[in-house]
Amino acid sequence: MSATSHDVAHGHEHSQGFIRRWLMSTSHKDIGTLYLVTALIALFSGGTMAMVIRAELFQPGIQLVDPYFFNQMTTLHGLIMIFGAVMPAFVGLANWMIPMMVGAPDMALPRMNNFSFWLLPVGLLLIASTLLMPGGGPAGGWTMYPPLVLQTGQAFPFLIFGIHILGISSIMGAINVIATVLNMRAPGMTLMKMPMFVWTWLITAFLLIAVMPVLAGAITMLLTDQYFGTTFFNAAGGGDPALYQHIFWFFGHPEVYIMILPAFGIISEIVPTFARKPLFGYASMVYATASIAFLSFIVWAHHMFTVGMPLAGELFFMYATMLIAVPTGVKVFNWVATMWRGAMTFETPMLFAIGFIILFTIGGFSGLMLAIAPADFQYHDTYFVVAHFHYVLVTGALFSIIAAVYYWLPKWTGVMYNERLGKTHFWLSVIFVNVLFFPQHFLGLAGMPRRIPDYSVQFADWNMVSSIGGFGFGLTQLLFAYLVIRSMSGRGEPASARVWEGARGLEWEVPSPAPHHTFETPPEVR
Amino acid sequence: MIRKKLNAVTGCVLAMGLLALAPPALADWALNMREGVTQTSHDIYGLHMTIFWITVIIGIVVFGAIFYSIFMHRKSRGAQPAKFHHNTAVEIVWTVIPLVILVGMAIPATGVLIDMDNTGDADMTVKVTGYQWKWGYEYMGEGVSFYSELADSSDQARQKGSGVDPASVNNYLLEVDNRLVVPTDTKIRFMITSADVIHSWWVPDLGWKKDALPGYINETWARIDQPGVYRGQCAELCGRGHAFMPVVVEAVKPEKFKRWLAEQKNDGGADGAETAGAGDAGEPVVASANE
Repeated sequence: MSATSHDVAHGHEHSQGFIRRWLMSTSHKDIGTLYLVTALIALFSGGTMAMVIRAELFQPGIQLVDPYFFNQMTTLHGLIMIFGAVMPAFVGLANWMIPMMVGAPDMALPRMNNFSFWLLPVGLLLIASTLLMPGGGPAGGWTMYPPLVLQTGQAFPFLIFGIHILGISSIMGAINVIATVLNMRAPGMTLMKMPMFVWTWLITAFLLIAVMPVLAGAITMLLTDQYFGTTFFNAAGGGDPALYQHIFWFFGHPEVYIMILPAFGIISEIVPTFARKPLFGYASMVYATASIAFLSFIVWAHHMFTVGMPLAGELFFMYATMLIAVPTGVKVFNWVATMWRGAMTFETPMLFAIGFIILFTIGGFSGLMLAIAPADFQYHDTYFVVAHFHYVLVTGALFSIIAAVYYWLPKWTGVMYNERLGKTHFWLSVIFVNVLFFPQHFLGLAGMPRRIPDYSVQFADWNMVSSIGGFGFGLTQLLFAYLVIRSMSGRGEPASARVWEGARGLEWEVPSPAPHHTFETPPEVR
Repeated sequence: MIRKKLNAVTGCVLAMGLLALAPPALADWALNMREGVTQTSHDIYGLHMTIFWITVIIGIVVFGAIFYSIFMHRKSRGAQPAKFHHNTAVEIVWTVIPLVILVGMAIPATGVLIDMDNTGDADMTVKVTGYQWKWGYEYMGEGVSFYSELADSSDQARQKGSGVDPASVNNYLLEVDNRLVVPTDTKIRFMITSADVIHSWWVPDLGWKKDALPGYINETWARIDQPGVYRGQCAELCGRGHAFMPVVVEAVKPEKFKRWLAEQKNDGGADGAETAGAGDAGEPVVASANE
């Protein structure tokens, strides 16, 4: 992500060609950059699909696309945003920052790091290419429920293979994080002295290793059901379509936390910096993160309240789900207490962090409502759910990623981004994202199901408002791309090593831009 | 600017809350869940409003603290950062209080759930079968069954480039050829299944949706208080026609229902499952009992 560090690297240490540097890279910094750039491209690809969706939903009636193509858009939007944008962005941040934050020279397994990155574009391109295949792309939703997903055309095996590859990539990335954090911390950096971003990523990595193979199992069973005569999910052959949903959500719910725990870590880095005050309740933050990770394994069937479960099952999953509110609440309270009686300034990373805390909490509130099983019989599969998970994933995960990019961009590139444009980006984003998603709560409560290309006229008004917000939010992100590219090309005021007045941590001890090699001699941590 | 943001957010939440108090309507700009026409739907509406107000109150406290802090504890006002970084007592308090609130919420929710689970003592049973993309209804033990498909007027208007304004169509996408006619004040057991992919049968006014899975029969029940026409849709993605398989339930007084049912038997609307099933979405085969 840094032409400047590139120059420095070339000037003093290396003279790698383009191919050697980027295709055969083993540097955690270059691989981090590759991950982040890939995630940005995926964000705009998935975002374009969202624009198609919002354009079709702008008014009732079918104006632009066939309903089947609409279903392909919702399916691929979900898959690309989750597996292409959010997860790789967090892996990119982990690659760039974890070694510098724990005082290590690189990731523990640099060659595997290269391999796990290069599987990513392969998997993503396989999945994207399905749009061009006979019968079109997958259209059964990103959750790929059978029997519907088995009606996919020739794209089906490519979808499965693509997800397998992305899963392998994620698992290797996670192994690398664990190996780095557990083995390569600088002397004196005990586990309970690690930065929160490192802690949350360590826990996330264990979640990844635990559940990606479960997803792989589920989709492999789909594959054998389709081509090899098994009937795992086919009732006519003694199988069970609900079994798939149990297996999928046993992966799917921890997956949700895979996409939010690193966000918690980022916010826990940014808020203390700009409040000029240490993080409140460090130990309870660590325990809360671990509790959330544990609970994520025992709540999966709250995605399935309407599927039909015994009463005891519904009660168990309702109680367990409600329980998640406790550690999540602790985290939010800790951030508020960190801000409390600090000396705050509001640079762009802090604005996005505060936006995260407030809007993620709204997503948490709707999550708490969804946990109430009887009420979920109304909410389930409506736009209320769409609003809920976009509040936690867009104003949650995505806002934290944007905050992290603004926060560390000067460290990566050696130049400050344009603060005025950054703030403009924040205010436009925060206004449009609420215009986009808040009315979707109303639509869901009024009875609009999700994943429909056309709707009854009573839903017309809020859908139009939502679409206007969607177009505004989409266009605003071009400003973000401009700011990032501008910094990457080295334009802007030079950044100091510390960058932010209140910044603490090892990553701020090295110069900006971070030289190609950092901490070849481990620092002492007291 | 930050203040304005606060006002916008709380304004939105409050507007949602206040308008929620207005009578439920199928109007545009609708904001809230409908109360529905069964005891279950009333109970669910009650749970929904309770948990909603709980989150509003928590939101006011938490966001209030954030915005107070943003306003008062800013460097530009000369604030000096405090040094504290933990306080065990406070941390225990804000772990225990949410726990107590959750237990308070879980108790009524458990009651409603237990009630919804009790499908015994039903007065009649309707079997609902999902197809791509229509519903099949069977009055168990009565020999009456038929399919229910999107009404022609909506089906024509929904075609791409039809040139028909959806607003000019009566109940666009929420009207069918054959409505499910049921009696009021009767405990109806629904047995829900599917013949192909997974669907979900949902009428918001009844208070619930239930998935229709091939190879499964899901049971649930409803006792409708008031006569009327109640509209809903398939809620589980089921392919290209997912948006186009509405559910329309027409509740009539029990005596009227008996007459209607007798007519169906005489009309030979009986084994209709075979004949009407050809996918012919003509005008109502089953005479509407209410209008």
